Amino acid sequence: MTLKLRELTEKTEQFGSGHALCAGCAEPVAVRQVLAALVNPPVVALATGCLEVATTRFPDTTWKVPVIHSAFENAATTISGVEAAYKALVRKGRMEPRPLTFLVFGGDGATYDIGFQWLSGALERGHKFIYVCLNNEGYMNTGIQRSSATLLGAWTTTTPAGDVRPGKLQWHKDMTRIIAAHNIPYVAQAAVHNWKDLMTKVRKAEAADGPAFINVITPCDRGWRFDTDKTMEVSRLMVESGLWPLYEVENGVWRMTGGGQKRRPVIDALKSQKRFSHITTNGDESVVAEIQRRVDAEWESLQQLCEMSARAESES
Amino acid sequence: MTTKQKASITLPAPLAINGGEAVAYAMRQIDPEVVAAYPITPQTFIIERFSEYVADGLVSTEYINVESEHAALSACVGACAAGGRAQTATSGPGLALMFEIVWVASGMRLPLVMHLCSRALSAPLNILCDHSDAMAMRESSWIMMFGSNPQEAYDQAIVAPTVAEHPDVLLPFANVLDGFTVTHSVERVDVLPDEDAKSFVGEYEPERWALQPGGGATFGGLDANDFYFEHKRQQVEAMDNSLEVVRRQLDKYAELSGRKMSLVEEYLLDDAEVALVVLGSSEGMVRAAIDQARADGIKVGMLRVRLFRPFPVADVRKALSGVAAVGVLDRAIAFGAPANALMQDIVMATRTLPERPLLMDFVYGLGGRNTPKQMFREAIDHVVLAKEQGAEPESPAYLGLR
Ligand SMILES: Cc1ncc(C[n+]2csc(CCOP(=O)(O)OP(=O)(O)O)c2C)c(N)n1
Ligand code: SF4
Ligand SMILES: [Mg+2]
Repeated sequence: MTLKLRELTEKTEQFGSGHALCAGCAEPVAVRQVLAALVNPPVVALATGCLEVATTRFPDTTWKVPVIHSAFENAATTISGVEAAYKALVRKGRMEPRPLTFLVFGGDGATYDIGFQWLSGALERGHKFIYVCLNNEGYMNTGIQRSSATLLGAWTTTTPAGDVRPGKLQWHKDMTRIIAAHNIPYVAQAAVHNWKDLMTKVRKAEAADGPAFINVITPCDRGWRFDTDKTMEVSRLMVESGLWPLYEVENGVWRMTGGGQKRRPVIDALKSQKRFSHITTNGDESVVAEIQRRVDAEWESLQQLCEMSARAESES
Repeated sequence: MTTKQKASITLPAPLAINGGEAVAYAMRQIDPEVVAAYPITPQTFIIERFSEYVADGLVSTEYINVESEHAALSACVGACAAGGRAQTATSGPGLALMFEIVWVASGMRLPLVMHLCSRALSAPLNILCDHSDAMAMRESSWIMMFGSNPQEAYDQAIVAPTVAEHPDVLLPFANVLDGFTVTHSVERVDVLPDEDAKSFVGEYEPERWALQPGGGATFGGLDANDFYFEHKRQQVEAMDNSLEVVRRQLDKYAELSGRKMSLVEEYLLDDAEVALVVLGSSEGMVRAAIDQARADGIKVGMLRVRLFRPFPVADVRKALSGVAAVGVLDRAIAFGAPANALMQDIVMATRTLPERPLLMDFVYGLGGRNTPKQMFREAIDHVVLAKEQGAEPESPAYLGLR
């Protein structure tokens, strides 16, 4: 299960070139890392979003593995149907059993918002699949609208910064912990700049005995307003500021991952993205302070969960 | 030994079951790879009986207890694209919730089957039969066949996959059954022996499927303005092709079962001067009303449309040629439209007849309103009057409305 760089270099790319995602987009980086980490050949379901739209335009396709897109909200259910068909075809003797990994890519809109019910249902039913959320904190494909993953204070086209409103007014949904509450065998947060951590998580997800969920932060240079060569730097700042802690919940055990995370002030991450420029440069520090306060609280609660897990493990 | 002889020797004893159970019985014989469904009255008999077959190990099916109807159809789309035969069942609001995926299924050319137990659409909430749900999907490129009793619920269910999966068709199929009057009425149902049903239906053999070993296709991708139109035109061809495929499959099925079904069913139309056109289970009462009117010396007949999509224009034209006045029975309202759904189709189908019949539209049975014989007799009398006066009423009449 361990990941060897050498072995990875020998793998054929399953995601081709020639897609139409923006220069600097983190989504194809995440997809390549996920596909390369898999041991088994995948069957993929896509939710509508930047990734799907930019990779499946007829008569071309970026995908060298089977891919099914049906709609925006139902990719988890599409893969439920695929997994079920696989079981039945094998049971009927119409197909030889073979190792396959059922995989979903959905954006944060598809995952946190419109597809929430479909995902929750599929997890509860226990289909064996990996759901990868490509979280760029907004509906990017339709032009950078807010989602329930969008950070407090962020400018989006439906939460514009105006004279009386400083961008998005609400704190984001903690989707990873909501998924963890489904008590599935593997849940994790990952980030594209830390490929080793991300790919190790994919391996664990693939080996899990049941559904697995990986929430990957995928900075969007268009929507977050940063230069196309800064994607990895922004991703790193999101993690190091505690805005996107890297952790996993493996069979109920909470664990920080990604090689120790030194904390730096959230302002460092916010300043790297012009979507926050109205709250980082206007002299009013209240929104930034509120973000810092809540990030600190969430960090604290995450540490407690990890410590509880560690104690429980050492006692058992 | 011919198929006919074989069938007559090995035919299982007839069952006394309702329409929902008849569908479930057919589904057991078909043994689809995946069934995904969500409970809603009056569809529940189907999924409860089928769940028992699963629990008893009588099918190989993966039964997915999804969390909504949208998910039911979504799972069927995934399963069918993966290479499995997939079926679902729903009613009224369930179909409404599925609606986006109704178009996805046909647009992706997935030959899955839905048993639609017709129910009124909310609001107001109403669990009883009318055809508002079916009419809402009539332009979605699904083959739609209306059965009128539990026997036909079974027979159509067996025929459905063989039409949908035909290589010239590849479209989803809706087996439309009136809620309660078909789904909950216990009647005699003759069934095929399992082996005959299974060999008639065969296996789903798609050309490309996501689980195909070595297969790497992309299913359900994006079309820009350079291909979308062409793909829709291909769907038109598939729909057109399906009409003769339905006819052939119904004939083949008749050889096996001894039960003849046609795209349209005629009753006493040969010498008829007036006629009623109907969809679904009301045909029984309409026949009774016709018998009564005939006894009173009125030359009236009935045309029942079984295959609703594609609409069998030639069959309808032929059946209604020579009839002077026709009453069309619509069990749903097309609000604001120049005519209700079935009436629109009958107008178009008859418009080029050398002697176009006078047409009048009736709305009846909404939200489960009773459909007694006397009501259809009233409709016949209206049509006779229109014929005598030589005039078509401009707006529909509402039968049984208080
Ligand atoms: C039912 C439905 N509602 C809305 C849309 C429009 N839509 C398509 S993609 C999208 C946003 C996708 O956002 P996300 O899932 O975060 O993916 P991203 O594009 O950001 O990667 C929206 C709103 C749709 N296709 N279908
Ligand atoms: S808009 Fe953002 S998420 Fe979409 S392709 Fe461009 S960079 Fe990627
Ligand atoms: Mg997004």
